[in-house]
Amino acid sequence: MSPWHDNFAPPCPPAPTPSGQGECVINASSPPAVELHGITKRFPGVVANKDIAITVRKGTVHALIGENGAGKSTLMKILYGMQKPDEGTIAVDGEQVTFSSPGDAIARGIGMVHQHFMLADNLTVLENVVLGGEKLYGIGAKARKKIQEISDAYGLGVRPDVLVEDLGVADRQRVEILKVLYRGAKILILDEPTAVLVPQEVDALFDNLRELKSEGLTVIFISHKLGEVLKVADDITVIRRGTTVGTADPKTATTKQLAELMVGTELPSPETRESTVTDVPMLQVKELTLTEAGAASAAPLTTAAPPDPSGAVGLQEIGEGRKLLDDISLTIHKGEILGIAGVEGNGQTELIEALMGMNSPDAGVITLDGEDISNVSVRKRREGGIGYIPEDRHRHGLLLEAPLWENRILGHVTEAPNSKRGVLDPKAARKDTERIVREYDVRTPGIDVTASSLSGGNQQKLIVGREMSHAPKFLIAAHPTRGVDVGAQAQIWDAIRDARREGLAVLLISADLDELIGLSDTLRVMYRGKLVADADPATITPEELGSAMTGAATGRLEGTEAQSEDGDAR
Amino acid sequence: MMKLDKDKLIIGAAGPVLALLTSFVLTVLVLLATGLDPIEPIRLMIENAGYSDIQVLIVNQTGIYYLAALAVAIGFRMNLFNIGVDGQYRLAAMVAALVGASVELPGPLHILLIVLVAMLTGAFWAGIAGILKTARGVSEVVSTIMLNAIATSLVAWLILPKNFGVQPAGSNNLTTGEISESGWFPGIDMGEGNGVIYGFTFVAFALGVVYWFVLNRTRFGFDLRATGASESAAQASGVDAKKMILTSMLISGALAGLSGMPTLLGESHTYSLDFPTGVGFTAITIALLGRNHPVGIFFAALLFAFLDKASSTLDTFGYPKEITVIMQGIIVIAVVVSYELVRRYGIRRQQQKVGEELAAGGALKTDKEVAA
Repeated sequence: MSPWHDNFAPPCPPAPTPSGQGECVINASSPPAVELHGITKRFPGVVANKDIAITVRKGTVHALIGENGAGKSTLMKILYGMQKPDEGTIAVDGEQVTFSSPGDAIARGIGMVHQHFMLADNLTVLENVVLGGEKLYGIGAKARKKIQEISDAYGLGVRPDVLVEDLGVADRQRVEILKVLYRGAKILILDEPTAVLVPQEVDALFDNLRELKSEGLTVIFISHKLGEVLKVADDITVIRRGTTVGTADPKTATTKQLAELMVGTELPSPETRESTVTDVPMLQVKELTLTEAGAASAAPLTTAAPPDPSGAVGLQEIGEGRKLLDDISLTIHKGEILGIAGVEGNGQTELIEALMGMNSPDAGVITLDGEDISNVSVRKRREGGIGYIPEDRHRHGLLLEAPLWENRILGHVTEAPNSKRGVLDPKAARKDTERIVREYDVRTPGIDVTASSLSGGNQQKLIVGREMSHAPKFLIAAHPTRGVDVGAQAQIWDAIRDARREGLAVLLISADLDELIGLSDTLRVMYRGKLVADADPATITPEELGSAMTGAATGRLEGTEAQSEDGDAR
Repeated sequence: MMKLDKDKLIIGAAGPVLALLTSFVLTVLVLLATGLDPIEPIRLMIENAGYSDIQVLIVNQTGIYYLAALAVAIGFRMNLFNIGVDGQYRLAAMVAALVGASVELPGPLHILLIVLVAMLTGAFWAGIAGILKTARGVSEVVSTIMLNAIATSLVAWLILPKNFGVQPAGSNNLTTGEISESGWFPGIDMGEGNGVIYGFTFVAFALGVVYWFVLNRTRFGFDLRATGASESAAQASGVDAKKMILTSMLISGALAGLSGMPTLLGESHTYSLDFPTGVGFTAITIALLGRNHPVGIFFAALLFAFLDKASSTLDTFGYPKEITVIMQGIIVIAVVVSYELVRRYGIRRQQQKVGEELAAGGALKTDKEVAA
């Protein structure tokens, strides 16, 4: 029996390109800020760029949309000089250029704000901005003045002397933008800038972008969130399977049209059809508390401060022994998916680690299927039926340089078919790996290739297949479809849904609010280590959930009955 | 699939070959720079290796290096750098010799006791570093180097005549006393003047097989390799990292303790001031060159034993035998550089191949496609 049975279509031939592909309305007065022509990049293992054509007008926000893995990032790396195209031309301000390093791109006024911030936490904003650009305005008063100038000109509200570690995600992003502007960028590339923000912060960011635009700067905005794109973009280019498949006018286009252009087929939806929740508790957590152990906390972004809607940089009070998990109590029943919403860094990682047994909470009881597992080792918990789809599959889910069949053993080395009485059974493990590859549609030439040679979606499908192969009672799914293409996304959702129907209890943690709302039976909101609110996924909207994630709302969230029709398409 | 495997083999061999070629060329350059004939010493060494007595010496030395290199390699597989193999080896040989000389037991039991004491002593000494690392987070690199120094002093103190040492009449040497014949490990006599191959050499090679089996075919070995490949992933998979660090340090130390046994049980039958030192450091290079693989380590150990033993007569022909030390030193650097180069190339190449094969429709059939 295959767990894949939905309406996801197999790879379709490139759709007939709409007439006028790659063409934009260009005002003849000035040359376009950026013009890409026939860009082709052959890239091992990943979707290549082929024959890409994009024209970005000066002084506009140009959105580049496409699903994960469509080739947006590769294209931007080419424009930013991190990759060299195999074919094609790049023109900046009407002049043909070739970039062999980001330095060349910066010299031409192109700057990039990466999805993952590249800031040194223990330095101040000023120090971070001048770092590597000391020759521009020095490191003293002149630099400070320049920063203040830029900040005021574009309404960024950055304060130079605050330590970056005290800043929230949105503020860090503004520092990144300022860093780029400081280096004289006239064209800004923003790679998925909204992925880490809650809706209110997104609006603040968009105000900043409009400000930049009005000052004559050009913004290239990469996203797959269509609602946002329609809100902010002046032009839209759609990329699918590595090539530009069309352009759209945000004034007339709908999210549905964009989505279909983007995917080339009807969209998969995370919606769960019927409820399978039972009243048998599978996982019970009571009063779980974890206090930060000194300053040596290894967890990333645990210092994410509450977003400040005013846009000003705010200091977060950091007390000694901050509570990472504060009196967490929850119950997940058989057949129930409990979704946890929250801005990253509010204790989700610690909660997962506590459930897995990877950290030791100060207090609290964890019960799995009636058994107290509070003091049980990770391995015993896994043997006892906890499945784990980690948030960072490279760090916690795979041995990147080991072959697939060894990765199939990882985490289940003591269980059949991987070993018998302490001795590995490579033959059985290999055979079962082949089964997983078959049933979970892992695209690979064989099971002896290393995990690192697979694309992210296929790596994730292997992990999902592995975890599902041991009949888990309780599954921790942390960002199960992050960085995964739409096809794999639908398959992973299906696998989770199928297992839920058979009585699996799932803890779902995701930054994708549509995924959370669509899949979950119950929703809780996590803020600063506390579960502060709960909501019914049937009535809540992403906006309402977003405001609860900033700590603005607590208690039972009553969703408005009228569901917004054109939210983000995913 | 066969193609990929063949690639893997070629890429696996490319590292050592590249390293050896580089070091060979550099050594020749060093000889030229000092105004010496670069080919003659090498010819002399190869000629030396043709003599049976030298061959026996080489085989015996290979066994010693093999054990010590296994000790280093098991640490490497776990991302632990046990620089302290030399200290563990010397202290273990010394304590085992002491115990062996002070008891009288029937043959096999006597040997077994000596071997056990050596393993326990080595494990104990390495275990100190293991505990420091797990309990206090002290880097094993630092602590094992320190423990080497402490071991040197400790051995020097223990071997004083007022403690446990014996000074043979008419000699400046200090020993721990002779182990009686029941504690000698029988070897293979290669005939008059050719010497004896230590019996323990075969134990060493047998341990190579055990090493392979434990690492590649047991749960424990999988956990160990997983921890070495990615500590975070191993931890999430249920490996107790601290326990793993301590266990592998203990095993590494026990193996280090064993590496003194071929000499002690097969030839010297006592620990004296002139007991060979530095074995544990050479073993680091050997483990690196042999890619921590039991077969690779064997050939690397053989090569180093050859360089050691076949060079002994070079001085009499006017060539400094230190050129082999230079060669060994260059190998260390060349190995590190060439392995990293080859590793990166291998990853890139495989990603490319997988990409190509997938593009060419070479994916394994999946249900999805069958259904479609």
